[in-house]
Amino acid sequence: MQVKLRDPNTIMKLSRLGSFHQSRLSFLRSFLDEFKEWEYKNDLFDLDENGFGTAIYSFKKKERVYSLICFANKINDKERSDRVIATKWDAAFTLHDGVPLKSDIDRLKNEVPKQEVGRLSYKELTLSRANKSIRVFNHVIDSLSKGKQPDLDLLNNVGYLYRTTAVYGSGKFGLADRFRIKNREEINGPFRLEMMLVYLVRQFTFDQVNHVAKFKNPKKAVKLDPSICRNLGIGNSTGLGMAPFIVNHPTLLNNWIMSREIALQKIREIKKVNFREIKIFKESLKNSLKNITSWNTDSVYQKKKINSLLNDVKKFLKFIDSDFNFETNYSFNKIYLWLEKNACEECIEYVVSMMLEPFDDIVKPLISKMSSDEDQYFTIPTDRKINDLRNIIEKRYSDILKINFKKKENNKNFWFISKNKEEPRYADRFEENGSELEQPLAIARDIKRLYEILLVSKNNLTIDKFLIENPDLRHVIRRAFIIENFPYSEIQDNTIGEDVIPIDMLRLKLSFFGALKFDPRSDKWLRICMFQGAPLPTDLKNIDQQWVYNS
Amino acid sequence: MKSLSEIDTTSKRASRAIGFSWGEAEEIGKSVRLLELFGFQGVKTLIQYYKLRPHQNFENLSLIKEKNISEKNSFCPISLGINFLDQIRSIEKLKKITFDNVAFPLLMISFLSRSSEIIGKRISVKFDEIEFLLNLNVNISSNLFNKDFPISAKNVKIDLLENKDNFLEDDWKTLYKLSEETFVNESDSLKKGAAGAGLTDND
Repeated sequence: MQVKLRDPNTIMKLSRLGSFHQSRLSFLRSFLDEFKEWEYKNDLFDLDENGFGTAIYSFKKKERVYSLICFANKINDKERSDRVIATKWDAAFTLHDGVPLKSDIDRLKNEVPKQEVGRLSYKELTLSRANKSIRVFNHVIDSLSKGKQPDLDLLNNVGYLYRTTAVYGSGKFGLADRFRIKNREEINGPFRLEMMLVYLVRQFTFDQVNHVAKFKNPKKAVKLDPSICRNLGIGNSTGLGMAPFIVNHPTLLNNWIMSREIALQKIREIKKVNFREIKIFKESLKNSLKNITSWNTDSVYQKKKINSLLNDVKKFLKFIDSDFNFETNYSFNKIYLWLEKNACEECIEYVVSMMLEPFDDIVKPLISKMSSDEDQYFTIPTDRKINDLRNIIEKRYSDILKINFKKKENNKNFWFISKNKEEPRYADRFEENGSELEQPLAIARDIKRLYEILLVSKNNLTIDKFLIENPDLRHVIRRAFIIENFPYSEIQDNTIGEDVIPIDMLRLKLSFFGALKFDPRSDKWLRICMFQGAPLPTDLKNIDQQWVYNS
Repeated sequence: MKSLSEIDTTSKRASRAIGFSWGEAEEIGKSVRLLELFGFQGVKTLIQYYKLRPHQNFENLSLIKEKNISEKNSFCPISLGINFLDQIRSIEKLKKITFDNVAFPLLMISFLSRSSEIIGKRISVKFDEIEFLLNLNVNISSNLFNKDFPISAKNVKIDLLENKDNFLEDDWKTLYKLSEETFVNESDSLKKGAAGAGLTDND
């Protein structure tokens, strides 16, 4: 039986993309799998009694070494902010390529805590900063120093000791350009070094609380129990910066979604699933329920989504436990079709993620296809004709062409870069100044404009001639030729309409990172947790691939 | 040191600010990045040009012909470069193209380099006394490596070079003969058994 790939016109809608969940394809899980055999080491731990100072952690294999350099600094409570406007953080980090020399550490001590206004070099790969969750951090130190383990309810409620507020890579602030390292086998998957940084930062947070508690009460202090450590992750506050990323990297977006879609297609095409595969699927699903029930948020929007997810997952569990026979042919296809009929988008994508769990043989080869050398697809094929371009747009943007951008509600917002922080922002064009400096992120509107001009252009005119008269449409002409070969490269929705919820775009990206427990703080930023439940670096060799559900 | 990614993004934004469309600005970002990657003063030349642009008129050329003569002012190197790249399939037939009076000619070089990759042919460029050989966008040879570049060129000559050997047939024969010394002379038994095919030629 042949199953078709799912229609991009359904999957690439914002509401669907905003319902994606982590899976075996997620970058933090593939990072752990890749680095499980590497030698982990804490090379330096030079903190004072209050936990301020420098620490270095490394992963090593043969001649290759990656070193996380941590700088923990004292800041006033008033200076602590998760917002991008902050200028000081509790700790700042960089991932250095190789073993840092003393001169490197001295240089980085001066630059890394400054973050966006500091300068890094080609020897540094990623950069980040993080703030303590003060109530958890202080409580943990207090408890440990008294010889007790901390209150698990409080820990479960928050899920981490520190929150990162940005993780930078790929040439930002002088960091190494991607091309310098792209041929390294171990990072043949997106954001692998960003994942490494966050993972090692998590270990630093455990070592730091143990260290401070010990100084506070050397005789009585105990260490944070490793099982408690495993259930703590790293928080992350994420704002709009991520949203333009997925618009600006169309082939990369395609490769992420395409890998997921191919995996689902292949799983639906399996005629007979075996007992082991059914067991992993069912167990992952049942165990994952606690990830839903412990998902805390104040957001009414997200609460509603969690409730319908929980209801539908329970309904689905009842269905597979009582009404479904896995011995039937193409059982995962039947499951999928049931979901399409009976479950909400959030639940469909949740179960799709679970369906990937038992099938490493399908998933693993796809992981290495999730990167993209985007320069290869940058040049516009200008010898093609208007007729070709019009056909591509009619085929690939059919829903976009139905939108009437003359209506105010469909042209309501604009994306811009803030002069103060050089970060993307989103605002109402009819209420705020600055729409004349709009970023080229209103792809649906510009595609529609291109199409309207194409309708009155000669069929056999070549694109090079068309561009002479229409240079302002060059950016979308490029995209249209990209989507011809990359069907999942474009969000099939209007990103400037009145009803847009920008965090749907963030959630899409964060689900591929492997984030759990999306906690929207507004429609423009959210908090998440990463690596919660993940094995500690010392246990990586015996990794349980379903750790997300089994911790 | 600035990363190439920073150079690309900042050049793109600056180009949009100076009045190019977003799509053109994307091309300029990539172009300056490429110049810097190949060791040419892309950023410096771009900013020299952008400082002058508000005060001086530059001509845009739409359709590129064999001989391109500016009417009044120097040609804009970016408009020239982008059009050259876009029209490379039709320009390829011309083989030799000349432009007179091009401002900041270095800025068009990376567009020509990308064009060289598209047609799979090397391109030779002469700006007055300065020469470039653009090798399929893999590298650029020049007699002006890492030096200040003239702010204008009176004559720009572009040759689209046909793919042909860069050596004499005799040199090739000598090299091939030497390579044959790694081959084994086949005995009858090797002829029968070592190829892995059948024993008859036409079975």
